[in-house]
Amino acid sequence: MNRFQANIHGWLLLLPAAVLLVAFTHFPAVATLWQSFFSTGKPNRPAVFVGLENYRTLIEDDVFWQSLWNNVWYAVGTIPVSIALALVMALAVNRGLRGRAFLRMAYFTPTVLPMIAVANIWLFFFTPQYGLLEQATGLFGLPSHNWLGSPSTALVCVIAVAVWKEAGFFMIFYLAALQQIPPVYAEAAAVEGAGRWYYFRRIVFPLLMPTTLFVLVNAVINSFRLVDHIFVMTRGGPDNASSLVLFYLYEVGFKFWDTAYAAALTMVLLAALASIAIAQFALLEKRTHYR
Amino acid sequence: MSLKRSLNALVAAAALAVGAAHAQQTEISFYYPVAVGGPITKIIDGLAADFQKENPGIKVTPIYAGTYQETIVKALTAHKSGNPPVTSVLLSTDMFTLIDEDAVVAVSDLAKSAEDQAWLSGFYPAFMFNSQTGGKVWGVPFQRSTIVLYWNKEAFKEAGLDPNRPPATWSEMVEYAQKLTKRDASGNVTQWGVQVPSSGFPYWLFQGFTTQNGVELMNSAGTETFYDKPEVIDALQFWVDLSRKHRVMAPGVIEWGTTPRDFFERKTAMMWTTTGNLTNVRNNAKFDFGVAMLPANKRRGSPTGGGNFYVFKKSTPEQQQAALKFIRWITTPQRAAQWGIDTGYVAVTPAAWETPVMKKYVEGFPAAAVARDQLQHAVAELSTHENQRVTKALNDGLQAALTGAKPPAEAMRDAQREAERILRPFRR
Repeated sequence: MNRFQANIHGWLLLLPAAVLLVAFTHFPAVATLWQSFFSTGKPNRPAVFVGLENYRTLIEDDVFWQSLWNNVWYAVGTIPVSIALALVMALAVNRGLRGRAFLRMAYFTPTVLPMIAVANIWLFFFTPQYGLLEQATGLFGLPSHNWLGSPSTALVCVIAVAVWKEAGFFMIFYLAALQQIPPVYAEAAAVEGAGRWYYFRRIVFPLLMPTTLFVLVNAVINSFRLVDHIFVMTRGGPDNASSLVLFYLYEVGFKFWDTAYAAALTMVLLAALASIAIAQFALLEKRTHYR
Repeated sequence: MSLKRSLNALVAAAALAVGAAHAQQTEISFYYPVAVGGPITKIIDGLAADFQKENPGIKVTPIYAGTYQETIVKALTAHKSGNPPVTSVLLSTDMFTLIDEDAVVAVSDLAKSAEDQAWLSGFYPAFMFNSQTGGKVWGVPFQRSTIVLYWNKEAFKEAGLDPNRPPATWSEMVEYAQKLTKRDASGNVTQWGVQVPSSGFPYWLFQGFTTQNGVELMNSAGTETFYDKPEVIDALQFWVDLSRKHRVMAPGVIEWGTTPRDFFERKTAMMWTTTGNLTNVRNNAKFDFGVAMLPANKRRGSPTGGGNFYVFKKSTPEQQQAALKFIRWITTPQRAAQWGIDTGYVAVTPAAWETPVMKKYVEGFPAAAVARDQLQHAVAELSTHENQRVTKALNDGLQAALTGAKPPAEAMRDAQREAERILRPFRR
């Protein structure tokens, strides 16, 4: 009886969070999976069960594959760079430095700004001829380049904006973690005659592993999620050169109104993200020391 | 207890009040996309209030729903959940999408009286191309535009050209642009001759070239496209040649949003853009500028663009009639003229251009009338069933050709094949 009561008690405590998760995460995911097996219903053509047809379309869809590859490059471009930059910035502002508060704020500013506003500013940075970037390269006598208008550079440009936007956010986590490291370790290392690089490599970096794991998971998710600036800067162009999976998904779902196909795309994205997250935890958990 | 009772009383009173209001007032919700800068929401609010003053039985509630794209997303999702707006301004090219979703009623079915029918036939025919299909009128032109050519008169003077004579033909445009393109000692371009933007919706500007080359991109039923006709490929070749052969336009895809800025900064001496930018250019250009119709090849021509009024199906007949009344009211010559002056859109009826206020405006600012004069050469904007998808096929092909990834003929053949695949179900 007592045990039963305890069970009820536990479930009641879990209930609020569980209701929210089920209503807004699990149910939509299952409903999306269900929908992806049907055709898109139109008033004169109701939705019918089509099995795997949407997935078959997906395999033959060149734009999907291009978006997926772009997304892989986008991830490869943003994740390591933004994490490394975040770590360097955190180390820089963790020291007793004059104007430290100002510097921390400056690094964090991109995170606070709305992405759409940011994208509009960067649009002018990348503008040919008189944009900021062009003026800088012009000083070295380099020829003018249409950064967002060339398939070869459009993706790199949107990657740069994402890195700029994200690094400051990750810095905050590293900074918090750095402050948690007791100074006695540094003193002990100094007494033992360890160099600064050795101290960082053998003591600081391992102690930061839980943070790195957390930041890494976030960075991976963001590399599939952070697409707002593409709407402003390139709209996926030129010729899909900067289209990412989530951007393409929006186009299919809310411009083409092909909701069933969009559901199939969503499932692919969901499966990819889930497997990456599981792999990350499985691989890195072993090498992470929680205290 | 007393709290409960007073709450009950309050709810009852509120219900009564709402009921009473319903009895005498028809409320029409009105989605409006904010597509241009300036105090546009204030103007719309003012119009809604004026209308209500004259028609106490009808309450118009404007809802500002974001860009055109965001507005149609909201309107269609609201329609699917059973609670759409009564009326909305949406792109004229969304007509087939809205019909296929069974979201709107034909305005010509609502406007039954002879007076109403006369009103519907009072718009410029060019604006009606995108507003009717299958013998019915589905949209009422409201904020419409065309593409025009803006030129920098000072740059013309510097290049030894007559500052008051814009290029009238394709070959003249190339010739002028060659004189207007300036290069520094190391060969870098400091000022381009002409700029035709190609980001986002290049198909719209491309329709300028194709129309001038004497060819249409689709049939009026919206079930067939003609992307791979030789005239279309020639038109694309000409656009590509502007940067690749004649070297008078920046290579690659040119951003729509920064094009007016490029013009202000004298990075281009001529630009193609919407008449909707007229007020923007007037306020920001630090030099004397001119506005002209697009140059001709086989003929003159430009597509129309912009937004129409639609009336949604899932509203009561009273609401639909009230919406019709509001739309008629807002498109009367006087108001259409004022709306055009305030925003830069082309006033939608010939009668609006005959009003004294419009005549006076044109006298002081003749550039405003160029878009109107071009209307006789204007054609329907590209619009088909599955519109966005069919358009994207063309957009991708255009950008592939402009960036040099594919030759024009191949790009257009690929686009046509894709469009045919998408439209197949509609041609049975």
